[in-house]
Amino acid sequence: MEVTCKGVPYEAFKDNEYIEKLVNELRESGTNVIVGTFDKLINWGRSNSLWPLTFATSCCGIEFVSLGAARFDMARFGWEVARASPRQADFMMVAGTIVNRMVPVFRRLYDQLAEPKYVIACGSCAISGGPFRNSYHVAKGIEDIVPVDVFVPGCPPRPEAMIYGIMQLSRKIKVEKFFGGVNRQEKQREFLESHPVE
Amino acid sequence: MANIQEKLAQIIPGATIEDDGTGIPQVTVDDKDWHDLARKLHDDPECPMDYLVTIVGMDWVESLGAIYYLASSKTLQRCSVRIQTTDREKPMLHSVADIWRIAEIYEREVYDLFGIVFIGNPDMRRLFLNIDWVGYPLRKDYNDDPALNPVSTENERQSDFTNVYVEKEDGTVEKTERRVFEADDFVVNIGPQHPATHGVLRFRTAVDGEMIKKIDVYMGYIHRGVEKLCESLQYPQTLHFMDRLDYFSAHNYHHGLCIAIEKAAGIEISRRAQVIRVMMDELSRIASHCLFIGTYCMDLGATTMLFYTLRVREQILDIMEKTCGARMTFNYDCIGGVMQDLAPDFVQDVKALLAVLPANIKEYNKIFTGNVIARNRMIGVGTLSREDAISYAVTGPSGRASGWACDVRKTHPYSIYSELEFDEIIATEGDSMARFECRMKEMEQSARILEQLVDNIPDGEYCVKVPKVLKLPKGSWFQMVEGCRGVFGVYIESDGTAKPYRLKIAPPCLPLATVVDHITRGAKIADLITIGGSLDYIVPDMDR
Repeated sequence: MEVTCKGVPYEAFKDNEYIEKLVNELRESGTNVIVGTFDKLINWGRSNSLWPLTFATSCCGIEFVSLGAARFDMARFGWEVARASPRQADFMMVAGTIVNRMVPVFRRLYDQLAEPKYVIACGSCAISGGPFRNSYHVAKGIEDIVPVDVFVPGCPPRPEAMIYGIMQLSRKIKVEKFFGGVNRQEKQREFLESHPVE
Repeated sequence: MANIQEKLAQIIPGATIEDDGTGIPQVTVDDKDWHDLARKLHDDPECPMDYLVTIVGMDWVESLGAIYYLASSKTLQRCSVRIQTTDREKPMLHSVADIWRIAEIYEREVYDLFGIVFIGNPDMRRLFLNIDWVGYPLRKDYNDDPALNPVSTENERQSDFTNVYVEKEDGTVEKTERRVFEADDFVVNIGPQHPATHGVLRFRTAVDGEMIKKIDVYMGYIHRGVEKLCESLQYPQTLHFMDRLDYFSAHNYHHGLCIAIEKAAGIEISRRAQVIRVMMDELSRIASHCLFIGTYCMDLGATTMLFYTLRVREQILDIMEKTCGARMTFNYDCIGGVMQDLAPDFVQDVKALLAVLPANIKEYNKIFTGNVIARNRMIGVGTLSREDAISYAVTGPSGRASGWACDVRKTHPYSIYSELEFDEIIATEGDSMARFECRMKEMEQSARILEQLVDNIPDGEYCVKVPKVLKLPKGSWFQMVEGCRGVFGVYIESDGTAKPYRLKIAPPCLPLATVVDHITRGAKIADLITIGGSLDYIVPDMDR
């Protein structure tokens, strides 16, 4: 099964091994025809209307603004409904450095997102701390705080790279299993149990 | 005009006046005399030192202290005052928060990062770091073991109280607690995750119905400790952080730090490099003001404007991308000139931009400036007087909208600005509309500068040879440049090695955020969005 997105050819995506692994996992677990069809329908809807949370701490946020404007126009793909409240958003694009004081706020925002929720770590600061990694007041990557679905490297990533990143997320959603055992959600639960919040 | 050296000698008899590397006279005074001297300097009729540029906290190992950079709005002269204390356990200095309003937040910053308590400051709390933070990070003996200050997902502990240190008549200092808000105030929390705060800034707002009583600006949500990081890097390596402070004035900030280092090392750069730098600065200014107009109008409900203004911004980003290789965080100015030569079609692209810019500005005015809803929301909202603008050190277009001529390109010209023809845009109203229009007109002036330069880019080398390992002589240097939002100051102190002993960044956005409390008092809560937007602060810049 070739999982693609918005008519982009399958070969144009760079990490097809990963998506094939997910597809194989799905195949091996086997699915009921009816449930599988429902899954397909739900995933079709979800993957095509991803609503981002307006969440930007620094430079990457400005590129995210460019992404929304006419030149890069994320409205072409159904991502333009940026919500200011986490309760209405599907995924958060972590655009910018997360520092110690921001960590509790950031974690709370993640907890407030409605299920199913996804996180894109956008830019080197969100991935690893970036140029500020050695600082006394910077979290070394958001992976220790919330589970991350897609990493978009760059400082800041170009808007094209952000489009590519969200497309990858969209592809991942397409092979999600909603009914029965869910790979991603199990992983997420595991993560949340090992990273509790008082 | 009285010579500033004579003035200082007259006000502070017996003080030795030294020059720092950039020709700003520096005096060292005793802490117990400081408050009276500060009053005299501030109130001097001929040359009032009414503009406090920055307070540089210092750790000289054997002593802790602070350097005050002062300037006069009348005669434009500058001086600096150094005070210090040898007590490392409980260092205390006297506050000047009652003389310059902006000193309150500057002293809080020094307290946060150096642990120096300012006696008499009405609000002696931590600024960027949590109240439970162990140690003072910019001290040389700071223990940066992450186990002491772990990254925690638990909510930080917060207090309704602030500390005030009062000196009694017998000389002992007493610590008292004071409420930040009144006990029965109704406090609404705006931010840190709020689209109208333009980043992760938090306003604790006490409201009475719809009226704002007081705002406690709570920052530090993007404090990355750039100044401490710079101390462990060599001079050329410190440059790239300038891109990530105010990412709209990346070129201007680079320019400032480069000038400071070049002055210290005695490097002369070529005329071509200077012209390129100035052109890039002005292009950034247009791009920055474009985004300001877009986001500000969006805050006021006119979302469409963002798409119009970003069109010009994208065109400028294309020009920069061709030359610098990046859309943001260019890292273009370097010590000795610029990183690489201009792209072959740079001149042609700039001309194309200048051809379309006037029509675009006309269009913005047509769509938004004359709109009756926009005018009603902006005119007379958030008025800042000239005296307050100076006292709060509100520079840039926001300061000029209040009638204060504070453009560093005119007051202390650097690079080739003294040869260029352009007007400093000054309005007198001081309201949100004036701030908005100042920026609109500044774009025209930047275009004027570009027009003068675009056909006159001289030949020559774009970067002179500088040693691979650059060591600065012992000394200190202070340089001010005009960023897109105001005066950007950078202070370097060198101990003779290849790394800065102290690199202090004085950002324009810290005063801009501080003044929000002052000008929103008595305004409606909806006006907070208008006022905050019109000041146009960048949060990573104020937090650093």
